[in-house]
Amino acid sequence: MSARFHLREIAHARAGDKGDTCNIGVIAYRPEYYPILLAQVTPEAVRAHFRGLVRGAVTRYELPLVEAVNLVLENALGGGVTRSLSLDPHGKSYAALILSMPVTVDDAIAGRLQALGRRPLP
Amino acid sequence: MNSRRDRPFVRIGAGASYAGDRVEPATDLAARGALDYLVYETLAERTIALANVQRLKDPSAGYNELLEDRLRAALPHCRRHGTRVVTSMGAANPLAAMAKAGAIARDLSLGPLRIAAVIGDDVLAYCQRHADSLTLMESGAPLCTLAGEIVSANAYLGADNIVAALAQGADIVITGRVADCSLFLAPMIHEFGWAQDDWDRLGQGQVCADMVECGANVSGGFFADPGYKEVPDLGDLGYPYLDVAADGTAVLAKLDGTGGVINRAICTEQMLYEIHDPANYITPDVVVDFTGVRLEEVGANRVRISGGRGRARPDRFKVSVGIKEGWIGEAEITYAGLGCLERARLAERVVRRRLEIGGVALDELRVDYIGLDSLHGEASLPPAHEPYEVRLRFAGRARSRRDAQRLAGEVETLVGKGPAMGSLPRTGVREVLAIYSVLIPRAAVQARLAWEVT
Repeated sequence: MSARFHLREIAHARAGDKGDTCNIGVIAYRPEYYPILLAQVTPEAVRAHFRGLVRGAVTRYELPLVEAVNLVLENALGGGVTRSLSLDPHGKSYAALILSMPVTVDDAIAGRLQALGRRPLP
Repeated sequence: MNSRRDRPFVRIGAGASYAGDRVEPATDLAARGALDYLVYETLAERTIALANVQRLKDPSAGYNELLEDRLRAALPHCRRHGTRVVTSMGAANPLAAMAKAGAIARDLSLGPLRIAAVIGDDVLAYCQRHADSLTLMESGAPLCTLAGEIVSANAYLGADNIVAALAQGADIVITGRVADCSLFLAPMIHEFGWAQDDWDRLGQGQVCADMVECGANVSGGFFADPGYKEVPDLGDLGYPYLDVAADGTAVLAKLDGTGGVINRAICTEQMLYEIHDPANYITPDVVVDFTGVRLEEVGANRVRISGGRGRARPDRFKVSVGIKEGWIGEAEITYAGLGCLERARLAERVVRRRLEIGGVALDELRVDYIGLDSLHGEASLPPAHEPYEVRLRFAGRARSRRDAQRLAGEVETLVGKGPAMGSLPRTGVREVLAIYSVLIPRAAVQARLAWEVT
């Protein structure tokens, strides 16, 4: 048995910019959530979730000591912060977008999340 | 406070992390923080290019516009507590900034102060001379292939010039383009005498510097997400400081009685901010390896930072090149009530048709439905129902100001000549100052110090 939740329920995130490259640090709220990031927040899944926004490579770096992954999205900021036509040229809101990704968690974690009042996805 | 020279650490406060940052929290740090150093970092990628444009118009301008507000408020406290100031508020004109700082110090009768300016980051002439051979980090194309007027080229200098100024007794060091972290690393190197090739120590120092280079983004800023990440009294957010020990480890903290939060979660967010490969974060002073960093909560709003490492610094400097690349026209109009989305969609078709009729030349046109999917496009979650209102936004890049203006004009006329019941449009036209990066040899930069003694 398992349940699906938004990534937001198990992780938090912050995005940064360098030119046309966006990076998003995704950090597990608890050490036992970190394997979920490793298994499910893969470059392929991130690319699919960011459909239409990323034209270049997606690379993932792992930081087990702080239970985080760093996602690097190339050609993802509308041609670069300084010339983009986007209302969010820095891609700061991309951290919110990654947190809307669905992830599957096991029963124990689902139970804990529901006890916190977090609702699974239908 | 008199005994603080006996403390087993050096205390470095972060007073600003961008040009327009708030003034009061830095002043509070200066007044109550018992700081050894107060660092104001105020340059984003484009800030210095914009400052160069200002300096070209007015030779006495081109430094941070809040320099006077900041120094007037903080310097009396710094003087009283023996706190030295390091800042990149010099932007495109460190000499003028130094003169201003001197005038403020005299005006406030602060007594003798030694002010140093770090100059030499401006490498525009070098880049123009070598535009054929320098290649853009973004595309690999030669710099000379960029269409448009190059207005600035500034190298990201390291800590060494600031260290030299501190060694020569500077009370205030004002720089132009210096890597953000290096402003904070310089006092550590000066105080502890770290060797220029003590890479692991410098790497750990730079990890600590990275933690505070975005100021309050590590003490509660850009973190709050109600119900998930709570930040007490965000309105009275305290700015952070580091207590750095001689081995480079540090405790990150903020003043008692201020709002915000410092915990492991926010420190991890800040540590990963704007890094790519965490094992190879390139700074002018050292290549930093974050992969061994440990963050421990050692008290309320106190986090200990250790485990950073480093490797030999790069043999080239990164340079930000600012180039005028045409114009952006922008315009927005809001539709509300029943059928608002259909009227907005009709307005988009109308504007596109009129741009065609008028032959308006745009390199790129973007149309956003604000309230629906303007930031994430097709990746947005689908709305549960039609929004009550939607703001329609057009943004277009054009070679000429006139075409950018004509885009804005076609949106403006929607108020009378478009679909029914739209709000009064707001329009704007701005020049594009794009930033590209190149690498140049260290030897191409001749940085030096200038002094003013009050």
